[in-house]
Amino acid sequence: MNGPRGQCAISLTVNGEAKTIHAYPMERLLDVLRQQLKLTGTKEGCGEGECGACAVLIDGSLVNSCLVPVLQVEGTMVVTIEGLEQNSRLPKLQQVFLDCGGAQCGICTPGMILATHHLLARIPKPSPEEIREFLAGNLCRCTGYAQICEAVSKAAQPEVAR
Amino acid sequence: MNSEHIVGASVPRKEGWDKVTGRAQYIDDLSLPGMLYGATVRSRVPRGKIKKITFGPGIPWDEFVIVSAKDIAGKNCIALIADDQPCLADGVVNHPEEPILLLAHSNQHILPKAVEAVAIEYEPLPALFTIEESERLYNVIWGVDNTFKRYLVEKGDVDSVWKDADFIVEGEYTTGAQEQLYIENNGVIASFDPIGGLTLWGSLQCPYYVHKALIKLCGLPENKVRIVQTETGGAFGGKEEYPSMIGGHAALLAMKAGRPVKIIYDRMEDMVATTKRHPSRTRHRTAVSREGKILGGEIEFVVDGGAYTTLSPVVLSRGTIHAGGPYYWPSIRIRGKAMATNTPPHGAFRGFGAPQSLFAMERHMDRIAATVGLSPIEIRKRNFLKTGQTTATEQTIQEPIDLEKLLDRGLELSDYRAKKERFRGENQSATCKKGIGIAAFLHGSGFTGSGERYLASVVGVEGRADGRVRVLVSSTEFGQGTKTVLCQIAAETLGIRYEDVEIAQPDTDGVPNSGPTVASRTVMVVGKLVQSAAKGIAQTLITAGLLRDRYSPEEFRFACAQYVKRYSQLKCLVQYEAPPNIYWDDEKYRGEAYAAYSWAIYIAEVSVDLATYSVTVNDFVALQEVGKVLHPVLARGQITGGVAQGIGYTLYEKVIWQNGRMQNGQMTNYIMPTSADLPAIRVYFEELGNVHGAFGAKGIGELPMDGPAPAIVNAIEDALGMPFNSIPLLPEDIFLTLSAHVPPKECRLPQGVR
Repeated sequence: MNGPRGQCAISLTVNGEAKTIHAYPMERLLDVLRQQLKLTGTKEGCGEGECGACAVLIDGSLVNSCLVPVLQVEGTMVVTIEGLEQNSRLPKLQQVFLDCGGAQCGICTPGMILATHHLLARIPKPSPEEIREFLAGNLCRCTGYAQICEAVSKAAQPEVAR
Repeated sequence: MNSEHIVGASVPRKEGWDKVTGRAQYIDDLSLPGMLYGATVRSRVPRGKIKKITFGPGIPWDEFVIVSAKDIAGKNCIALIADDQPCLADGVVNHPEEPILLLAHSNQHILPKAVEAVAIEYEPLPALFTIEESERLYNVIWGVDNTFKRYLVEKGDVDSVWKDADFIVEGEYTTGAQEQLYIENNGVIASFDPIGGLTLWGSLQCPYYVHKALIKLCGLPENKVRIVQTETGGAFGGKEEYPSMIGGHAALLAMKAGRPVKIIYDRMEDMVATTKRHPSRTRHRTAVSREGKILGGEIEFVVDGGAYTTLSPVVLSRGTIHAGGPYYWPSIRIRGKAMATNTPPHGAFRGFGAPQSLFAMERHMDRIAATVGLSPIEIRKRNFLKTGQTTATEQTIQEPIDLEKLLDRGLELSDYRAKKERFRGENQSATCKKGIGIAAFLHGSGFTGSGERYLASVVGVEGRADGRVRVLVSSTEFGQGTKTVLCQIAAETLGIRYEDVEIAQPDTDGVPNSGPTVASRTVMVVGKLVQSAAKGIAQTLITAGLLRDRYSPEEFRFACAQYVKRYSQLKCLVQYEAPPNIYWDDEKYRGEAYAAYSWAIYIAEVSVDLATYSVTVNDFVALQEVGKVLHPVLARGQITGGVAQGIGYTLYEKVIWQNGRMQNGQMTNYIMPTSADLPAIRVYFEELGNVHGAFGAKGIGELPMDGPAPAIVNAIEDALGMPFNSIPLLPEDIFLTLSAHVPPKECRLPQGVR
């Protein structure tokens, strides 16, 4: 075991790449991603799981990384906004967010796009109500959500989702 | 020239791609070699003398850089309007969470423990927490009478109207504090070297405000202080004045440490220690004729400024001027005052005083309507300001605004009359009562009165070696679309491609002072200057013989590149000049308060569940006249975002105070609306155009914050038949008001509730 006393080695897959990291077991996944792995697209908004700015996918589930002790991700597949970029669908998702005005200040946007990706993976054609319900864990102070919801609807249209 | 217009088209946001891919670099995404982390030791009492500071056991204090007021080389103040706010408390504290000491260490995880280990003994002093306590002068905590500023606006002879009035309508209306709640907390990085000076990067709105403050605080010459704005994750006014404080703290630590220092607040520190919207109290006394015509009135508008002056005089100014709403007052007297209390200073927040006084005005209009026996529609129509009439400050409205027509369109879009009728029938038996309410209002664009003249903003446009052009402004992007819209204006003016225009990063070493990014002034005032500077560039190329009067984008690009090659620089700087015949009297508060106003009619439909007392906004129509809409998608985003904040202000966001300190400084217990809480806000524009703004644009950013609260509360009164005159209005507030009004035997709890 390398690193300072008390740290442990954790093996996981981040954005498709196998990694072994050394960290204190209770360090927040958010900090490990941002500071150690330099994946700064994951943002901190509230630090208590309310705002969703730090959302990542762990084994396909949408999770607030500020609430996850890094020990918990041993053996998992973690995907951040940087990894989603490699996904063929994402450029379309990004494009509709841009076109519809779904990003203003941009700080909630990576989490919002991950949440949208997750929603569309589960419900390919969500209703407006399903979109609003599903995105309720991702706070945005700029848009009033209208243009975000439109972006999600548009992304779900076949010509975009292809 | 281009045949297609760039202005009026929804072109891609300049920094959009970086934002949607997570590549945009916010302040916490940056670090410098050898950087330390800073933290702040804050007051735990509302007011007192600092008797003793002890550095407790268990912390390796010799590893820390520690800064106190004694380390300040310049003046210990945050330079803004008055210099009464210290950067670090020196001997006394005047509000909870006031900064006292700064700590820096290379390990950020040890900092919270160190802050906790600093024990401070105080000799408590009596403190004041409300406007009323401050007014009663139990204690003098600021100046001679606890008053930061007073204004008096007088038009006509108000004292003579009361005897002829058929009705005298009185009302008192109050509003609470509101947290800006940008999702990115305040943060900065400071770096200092004795030769190069001080550089500060940060999440901020107004680089030159911070520049001015740090020069004074650090005792450095102007050219040794450099402020750079990094990508900013929301601001809404919350990063107008506060960055001078956190920036000052990082600068002091960096200067003492000789190493760069980063300070990033966590959510609770940001919420409990930084600024919020001013709580307010407004009293109306209005003389009205039998026909429902306002004859005159008195308005008293009071805001709670917190412990130091900060921006309260200007917030008060805007609130005072907007207090009469979009109505014609033959005579009026408005008194405004900002009071001191022992809470953290309240500050800039979208709307800047106007949401408070307009809430009162629009609630009061419904009260007048009920008193006179007219509908909310009719009372407004009979009193709307018309072109050629004068406002409370005796400014003649020149714009061809027709508020009656605007209201009619709003009524139609919202299906107001049919819904009102239907709800009246359905509400008889329903346990979920519905209502619909109107707000009519205006918002002045740009700085008040002579403000723009004092600012004397400078804007530059420069040609680049590759033939593209660059806009040089200190105006900042924090979500609104500053970068995009100013580039659109330059491109349209020059007749070149939007892609051939870029905008410089706001950096006091690289861009002129185009003024602060506040007061709905960027598109109208700064945009107009960008237009002038761009014209100057084209003219220079034409005069140099490199370009004909009519040219293609390619010809422009070639000519621009040629010019830069030949003369090494192509740059045009222009400075704001006040339009002729604009008159403002700072003493009497009379004259042209704003170069232009934006106008709006907002209509809210609500349902109030009598089992839970929760209010749901079912439909929201936001109709406004904002001059030319330069970018439809961004403009609409400004409105939906502002309305959402307004809905939060009215129904969700309540700051719980205890001894001057916010008790619910978390997103878990201070609730802002989620996507599931909001209706699909319907946005409509009228475009009248305006001579003062670029391509006819007026201000838009703050307007949508003014209307939701009165429209929603008017709708709640319509639903329940009972007036509510305070916001925020949470279910418990509605419950308490209803229980107080309903005879006990009829006040039944819903089944199952004990």
